[in-house]
Amino acid sequence: MQTKKIINDGNRSVDEMLEGILAAHPRHLRRADGSPRSIVARDGPRPGKVGLVIGGGSGHEPTFLGFVGKGLADAAAIGNVFASPPPDPILECAKAASGGAGVLFMYGNYAGDVMNFDMAAEIAAMDNIEVRTVLTTDDVASAPRDQRQKRRGVAGNFFIFKAVGAACDRMLTFDECERIARKANDQTFTMGVALSPCSLPQTRRPNFEIGPDEMEIGMGIHGEPGIARGKLKTADEITDEMLDKILDEMAPTRSDKVAVLVNSLGSTPLMELYIMNRRVKQRLDDIGVSVHATWVGNYCTSLEMAGASVTLMHLDGELQEMLDHPCDCAMFRAG
Amino acid sequence: MTSIDSAGLKRMFDEIAAAIDADKDRLCQLDGVIGDADHGIAMALGFGAVREALAQLDLAATGPTALLNTAAKSFLNAVGASSGPLYATAFMRAAAAVKGKAILEDADIIAMLRAMAQGIQDRGKAELGEKTMVDAWLPAAQAAGAAQEAGKTLLESLETALAAAERGAEATKNMIAFKGRSSRLGERSLGHMDPGAASAVTIIKAIRDSLA
Repeated sequence: MQTKKIINDGNRSVDEMLEGILAAHPRHLRRADGSPRSIVARDGPRPGKVGLVIGGGSGHEPTFLGFVGKGLADAAAIGNVFASPPPDPILECAKAASGGAGVLFMYGNYAGDVMNFDMAAEIAAMDNIEVRTVLTTDDVASAPRDQRQKRRGVAGNFFIFKAVGAACDRMLTFDECERIARKANDQTFTMGVALSPCSLPQTRRPNFEIGPDEMEIGMGIHGEPGIARGKLKTADEITDEMLDKILDEMAPTRSDKVAVLVNSLGSTPLMELYIMNRRVKQRLDDIGVSVHATWVGNYCTSLEMAGASVTLMHLDGELQEMLDHPCDCAMFRAG
Repeated sequence: MTSIDSAGLKRMFDEIAAAIDADKDRLCQLDGVIGDADHGIAMALGFGAVREALAQLDLAATGPTALLNTAAKSFLNAVGASSGPLYATAFMRAAAAVKGKAILEDADIIAMLRAMAQGIQDRGKAELGEKTMVDAWLPAAQAAGAAQEAGKTLLESLETALAAAERGAEATKNMIAFKGRSSRLGERSLGHMDPGAASAVTIIKAIRDSLA
């Protein structure tokens, strides 16, 4: 049986979504000339500023294009559902974002994205745009601790892009922006849990099987299998299981500061996210870690998947400043 | 001796597009077990775009190299994903392998196959045994080359290549994934055929069928 979706033609869903987004946010967003899948901030790129280009597959909205705007990303390249964009739209984003001070490519660590963004970076170099790449690898469940460079990038993208966007907006040097990007990634940890599958607009079939009373800890944002499947537990038990893994790696000490993101994978409602956040706060209070800021809602989704993720960013003075720096995007504002 | 011109190459791509389209659901299901269930969609989208782009060409005025480069660009821009760069590189290498030729003969077609396999391996940096499309493409290209050197006809060589691809794809069931999304599964990827290797078999079979 096919899943129910409000769509016209599954093959046109990404382009029709983009039309709707541009209609809603004309003050923030435009398409790059002749490149309909390259979404550029109206008020972002400028001479002397390091450009920040993000991107990846569709289906994770508001990631990626919702974070395009002044103070955050300069441009986002949009792929098909769960598929990396090809090099052309990425290259057009690099051109639009370039202010002559270099362009950072930041995106989640997936094989397809790496190949397409690398091809775009090679072509950009021939156009005299210097590109450096920092992959996001915040998904704790996706590889062991000693193989951090193999991990996927998931909801923690939000914190990492936010910090780097601020660094670029403050006109820091290319080296500084890259350093902050690597630090932001190193200090960001995410764990997810999935309760029910999503379905692609083109197939409208569930993309994995899971029992009516089951959950899977560590599942990826494209339905990649996680680390443990079991009976559905309570919100506190699930949150504890996720936080245990995150805190074990982050190893915060008393009076350290963190930022918290409790994110829905699509159909899990705010009520459940706030129940989880209640537990996050209790656990952090217990170990004397203070919460500098909390975001709760849909930040990195997986179409209509049910489930959630918890991300903590371990803050130092610099990262805290970058998170507090104002930004004005189509789907996110701060300061 | 078989020989094909640009029109023959276009027929080959049409045959591949039809075969992949017919195989789309099976490929998505294979990918659903160890990946994100979109491999069949991506491949069908890519070869559909190639079919459309080649239909626009004036075949009388387009040599095999230009045709293969058109195939590469249209596949890449329609798909992105992993298969986009991999097959785009394959077609560009095939284009380079037959550069300057208007008519492709047996040796050219085998050279094209070998260049495609090499391109896929170079772009994806996968080795044999890592549970990827390389496990079908590389043995197929090697078998085709060996058969041709042993004096077999083109069709016999492609038959050998297809058999090698099928064995390679089957063997991915006993491999643990090291590349791409399924690599995060570790041992849980055992027992399942790699969807990229499965679609490679479909493509090689369609190439054989178009020349039979």
